[in-house]
Amino acid sequence: MTKSELIKNICLEYPQLSSRDVEMATRLILEYLSDALADDERIEIRGFGSFSMHVRPAKLGRNPKTGEPVMVPEKRVPHFKAGKELREQVDWAADGLQGATGS
Amino acid sequence: MAITKAEIVDMLFEKMGLNKREAKSIVEAFFDEIRSNLAKGEEVKLSGFGNFTLREKNPRPGRNPKTGVEITITARRVVTFHASQKLKAYVNGSDAAT
Repeated sequence: MTKSELIKNICLEYPQLSSRDVEMATRLILEYLSDALADDERIEIRGFGSFSMHVRPAKLGRNPKTGEPVMVPEKRVPHFKAGKELREQVDWAADGLQGATGS
Repeated sequence: MAITKAEIVDMLFEKMGLNKREAKSIVEAFFDEIRSNLAKGEEVKLSGFGNFTLREKNPRPGRNPKTGVEITITARRVVTFHASQKLKAYVNGSDAAT
């Protein structure tokens, strides 16, 4: 499913909303989530999952071609962890059976 | 404090002038729709933000970190999220002062 299909499906679900509103809302939601992550804020959506920022510290790397050491700058990576409901719905194998690991 | 659906609803209410009920409907439909697609086994690609993909995991040995008892972690399907290049650049943009 792509963004435009997502918008179409929301419109089908709520025919009382205009497609322009749904389109704008979708864009605003994604911008809002991006801004939150850029501000290092955690996002928690119950039943869906949480987004947080993982920071990979700067490290000394090497140019693989020349072997020359270079400083690799700190990198920030958005991270998503599926919530319980999403995790269970997606996992065909765990039909109400035990979930062996937490993390 | 983490951002939750309530903050997203407020944001739509303020920026779009939707009433709270409409804003709540959209926010809920947004996440429900993504979730149900993933549950159906379909990946979700939101351009400019990122992709939610599905991965099939083989069974593997593991152990209970508390008790040390070995168990087999069953085969399963899991969701992974990959931020788009655009989002990665955006979150690194402001303070990538290196």
